[in-house]
This record gives sequence, C-alpha cells and structure tokens, in this order.
Amino acid sequence: MQGATAAVERVFREEYGRVIASLVRRFGDIDVAEEAAGEALVTALQKWPESGVPANPGAWLTVTAGNRAIDRLRRERQRDAKQQAAIVEYDDMPHEPTGPIEDDRLRLIFTCCHPALAPAARIALTLRLLGGLTVAEIARAFLVPETTMAQRITRAKKKIVAAKVPYRVPEAADLPERLGGVLMVLFLVFNEGYLASGDGDPVRAELTAEAVRLTRILRSLLPEEPEITGLLALMLLTEARREARVRNGQLVPLDEQDRGGWDRAQIAEGHGLVRECLALQRPGRYQILAAINAVHTDTTTASDTDWSQVVALYDQLTRIDPSPIVALNRAVAIAELDGPEVALALVEQLPLATYHAWHATRADLLRRLGRSTQARNAYDAAIAATQNSAERAYLSRKRGELV
Amino acid sequence: MTHYLLAVHGPAEPDEFGSYGSREEMEQAFAATGAFNDKLRADGYWVFAGGLQPAATATVVDGQGETPVMTDGPYLESKEVIGGFWVIDAPDLDVALELAAAGSRACRGKVEVRPFEGLA
Repeated sequence: MQGATAAVERVFREEYGRVIASLVRRFGDIDVAEEAAGEALVTALQKWPESGVPANPGAWLTVTAGNRAIDRLRRERQRDAKQQAAIVEYDDMPHEPTGPIEDDRLRLIFTCCHPALAPAARIALTLRLLGGLTVAEIARAFLVPETTMAQRITRAKKKIVAAKVPYRVPEAADLPERLGGVLMVLFLVFNEGYLASGDGDPVRAELTAEAVRLTRILRSLLPEEPEITGLLALMLLTEARREARVRNGQLVPLDEQDRGGWDRAQIAEGHGLVRECLALQRPGRYQILAAINAVHTDTTTASDTDWSQVVALYDQLTRIDPSPIVALNRAVAIAELDGPEVALALVEQLPLATYHAWHATRADLLRRLGRSTQARNAYDAAIAATQNSAERAYLSRKRGELV
Repeated sequence: MTHYLLAVHGPAEPDEFGSYGSREEMEQAFAATGAFNDKLRADGYWVFAGGLQPAATATVVDGQGETPVMTDGPYLESKEVIGGFWVIDAPDLDVALELAAAGSRACRGKVEVRPFEGLA
C-alpha cells in the first residue's frame, strides 16, 4: 500500500507543473490552482491504488482538479448570479490534455521567473509550481525554516496577483532577456545541487535532477533557442561527473577524478547537444560553458586536456560576459597553459575577496609555486569562505599536505 | 486594467536646478517628461500626474487625537524622497514596467511602480 502511495505521489509530482499551469490559465489564480491540484491528489490516492494509474495521468489530474476548482468557486460565489454564469461558461472550456497545456507551462515559468520578483522568490516559485516540490522540500534545499520559505512564496504570489504580473510568454523582442532570467533560475537551482552552499549534504542530487528535468521541459517548449540547449548540455556534462566528484566526503578536483566513474550516457548526450547548438552559430554564455565542459570530458586522462581550446573558449566568453568570475576560471586554464605564475598575476587583480573559489584558486597557485606560507593563509581564507563540507575537507587536506 | 502609481524618487534637498545639475539638463528633462506625458495621454494610459515641491515644504498632521498635531517636515527623514508621480491605467505589470522605464529615462530619476488596491 505504501508503495502504491509513493507511486501516486511520484506521478503527481511529475505531472504537477502541467496540471498547475493549465489550471492557472483557466482560473487565473495560482492559489485556486494549487488547492484544486491538492484535492485531485487526495482523490488519486483513494482511487488509483485500486483502479490503477490512468493512461494519461496528467489529463486525469487536470480534469479532476478543474472540477474541484469549479465546485469550490460555485460554492463561494453562489450568491452572484452573473459570476455563476461566467463559471459555467468556463466549464465549457475544452479539457485538452495536449497542445495548449505545453504553452501553459511556458507561460507559468515566465511568470515564476519575472524580473519584478526577488531572485530567491523566483527560484522558490519555479520549484514549487513547476517542479512540484513541497514548501518543506524547498525550505530544506535552501536551508531556511519552512515558515520563512512559506512566507517568501506567499509574498511572491500576492505580488503576482496585486501587481498583475502577466501570465504569458514575452513577445519576441523581450524574449532573449526574459529567457536569460529563466535560465539563470534553472542554473542557480542546478548549482545549489551541485555544490551546496550550506553545511548539510555537499551534493543535492534531487536539485540537480530537478534542474535538468525543468531545462528539458523548457527545451521541448522552445526548441529553437540554442542557449537552452547549451544550458542542458552544460548541466549534463557536469552532472555526469557527480559520482566521481566526491570521495570519502572530500571533493575530488577534475584532474584527480576517476574518469571511469563518469556517466558515459550523459556525456554522450551532452556532447551531442553541444554540437547541435554550436551548429546554429548563435553563441551564448551557456553554450560556451557547455563547450568548455565538452573539452574537459573529451579525454580519458586529465593531462590530455586541450587547454589552448579551453582558454580560447574563455576568451570568447569574456567578450560576452567580462565578469571577474569568468576571469577567475580563465586564469585556472591559463595556469595549465602558461604556468601558475602568469595565472596568479591575473587572479590577484580580481575583486573577489569574498568568494571561496578565488581563495581556493589562489591557494592552489601559491602551492604550485612553492610559496607555502602564503598558500596556507589562502587555504585558511578559502575554508572560512565556504560551508560545503566536501570542499572544506578537500581544502583541509591540501593545506595539510603543504611542506 | 489596473491602476499603478509611478513614483519618482529624487534627492530630499534639491539644488537650484532640482536634481539635474544645470539649467540646460533641467530643461531637457522637463521637455522629455512633457513628451512622455503627451504619449501617455495619446496611448490611453494617463490618469493623473504631478511634480511635488521639495520635502522641506511638507507638514505631517496627526488627527487621531483630540486636537490635530502638526509637525514640520516630511514623515520620514531620508536622503531620497518622492519628487513627483504618475498614476497610470495599464493592462498588466509588464506594460507598467515598460512605461516606468520610459518615464525614468525622461525625468532622469528612479521610478517605483506600485499597484493601487483600488481608486475611489
């Protein structure tokens, strides 16, 4: 019985974004949609274990939830004859399981990632409404109390209603910029899973998996946008190394990873996607980052890595995004090509004193230059700047190995 | 349609040319704002707009007690205060944000967009 419940909940979660998006379009109200979806889950938990999962569970849940929402709105508005008539009219809307529902999810993701909402709220709303994660799960993922996360989500939903954040796909002229905002949210979710910022699990596979799933959905909805393909490739090529990336609770750097532990299927898919989007000749940030990761995953040993190509790609990325973080990653590649001394000079100029990776990079370069005292201080600063247990463990080991 | 307040924030203590630095810049901003107002009217978004005197001219009145209490100056002491505003009627937040960006460009100040709960 417990297995049956878990199966229903899994299907519910997979279909949640589809169901909610469709209900938001029909009823124009996120709260109504969520409540109705919740009631549909209760019904499914009663019926499916006996009758089996319906052939199209998404459509079943959407229709059931829609009926619940109508019942509820009828009860609430019984006294108002005019509105009653309007609801009955709504009831005649076709229950299409496919077609417009795809667009509904696209609309909803642009609403969730609207620039008028705070970035933390965008991430939370996207995971809640499209990912189907519970408020408790999202709170746990971002290490905040559940009440705090609930308030954040409630506040964002209120703003959507009161300020009338539109429920639609932006017009072509605004699409690149708004799509950039959506991709940023998905990338942040992925990164939080890949290298968790808190002191809990160092890697949160449920977040990386969710980010990959949502990016796949977005790609199926907007197949012509190479940056989505690029982001998906970047995620897959990174995710492929997940198992090899932590050993005995310690982060393992790329050059020390057991490449046999990489997920070959994900790497093959990632490489295919990189080729596909590069062929479109509309390069962008995520495509270039994916291409860099394609180079890293292209050889059987770290020493065979084509560093000149990595640097060339970072040069290209710098032209699009001249940020200090890009410059830091470029410097890491420069160290392999031109030596740690050249790289260190680049790193020292960057205004990243609060960023753990800056300290960690400095520490590594100083260590390679034999400047142990300075390296030790830099490792200390890096350890102080991160809470991730696997990264701390790795940095502590390297610090301990200094002579 | 929803009504939005577009509030322009500027320095609490404007100098001779408002917040604009020179007469020329002030006149350019006024002309651009006038043109933006005309466009708001022509496109049907216009409800009401106005520029405010400096915050130093404000008086706070508390009429909740038996006799009203008057206090000289603005309610909140801050470096930035509302210098003027538009009330617009727009179909959704995206349109309001787009108009706010154009208004901000015209008057050369930051604009806060806030929906009305209702208009009396």
